[in-house]
Amino acid sequence: MGKTEREKNHIIPYRTFLYVLALLIFLTLTSVFLTQIYLGALTVALALIIAAVKSSFVLRIFMHLKFESRLYGVLVTFVTLLITAVIIITLLDYIFR
Amino acid sequence: MTAVSETYRDDQASKFGMWLFLFTEMLLFGGLFIVYSVYRFRNADAFHLASEELSVTVGTVNTIILLVSSATIAMSVTAIRKQDRKTALLLLGTTALLGLAFLVNKYFEWGEHIGEHIYPGSSVLATRGQGDVLFYGLYYFMTGLHALHIIVGLVFMGFVIVFISTNRINSGKYVMLENCGLYWHLVDMIWIFLFPLFYLIT
Repeated sequence: MGKTEREKNHIIPYRTFLYVLALLIFLTLTSVFLTQIYLGALTVALALIIAAVKSSFVLRIFMHLKFESRLYGVLVTFVTLLITAVIIITLLDYIFR
Repeated sequence: MTAVSETYRDDQASKFGMWLFLFTEMLLFGGLFIVYSVYRFRNADAFHLASEELSVTVGTVNTIILLVSSATIAMSVTAIRKQDRKTALLLLGTTALLGLAFLVNKYFEWGEHIGEHIYPGSSVLATRGQGDVLFYGLYYFMTGLHALHIIVGLVFMGFVIVFISTNRINSGKYVMLENCGLYWHLVDMIWIFLFPLFYLIT
């Protein structure tokens, strides 16, 4: 019960959101910069990895997953893995057809 | 036993319900990402040329607008919990204005393409081949569905602003504001993926 009480009383300070916002804007500009120079097939991977890093910050800080019960984190991970698995399996099917 | 005058409420359950809804949204857009990936794989050259026609500047500006709006709505939860209603309203109003700015940008962006006769069903677009038809079909559908989510988010925010003003949302009862924030963050997160897929990866 102690944990629930702590979660209830945890108010995230304004500056945490501002730091995360600065980081998200920095990552956005980084991905714009990296995709403008020619990197071949790496471009797709880099752009998607940066997008994944950005969304993990949105999920953990903006959407409070870091401070919630672990159940939410487990469910989000499961849904993410499900979507990733379906994308990979579908693409494998198309590539090796 | 004292009489309970307040209506029953369960904030954890409300939040959990919102998350379950967000999962269905993730699966909806996940499905569209699969369609996009497969068509991109099968029409790589056409998608490459077509995506170079989108303005990276407008896309970047819109991404930053949504990121800032996500931060402001997250901060409004902090404000309401600190019993600072005025700041909460100011931050929510800022979020709504940024959402509107996003839509205005989208309007001009779409308007420019439509002015060049690039839209689903256009005979000009049809002459450019199947790959371009698929790219722009997906572009209009996915960014359009996303814009629809922005509009829904703005309406949701309108209700929350009214409820904060009338003290129906306050420092002891703010789950609706949290849920509105969760929805807005999801819309932001979907754009975080739409932006590289349509604008950056060429």
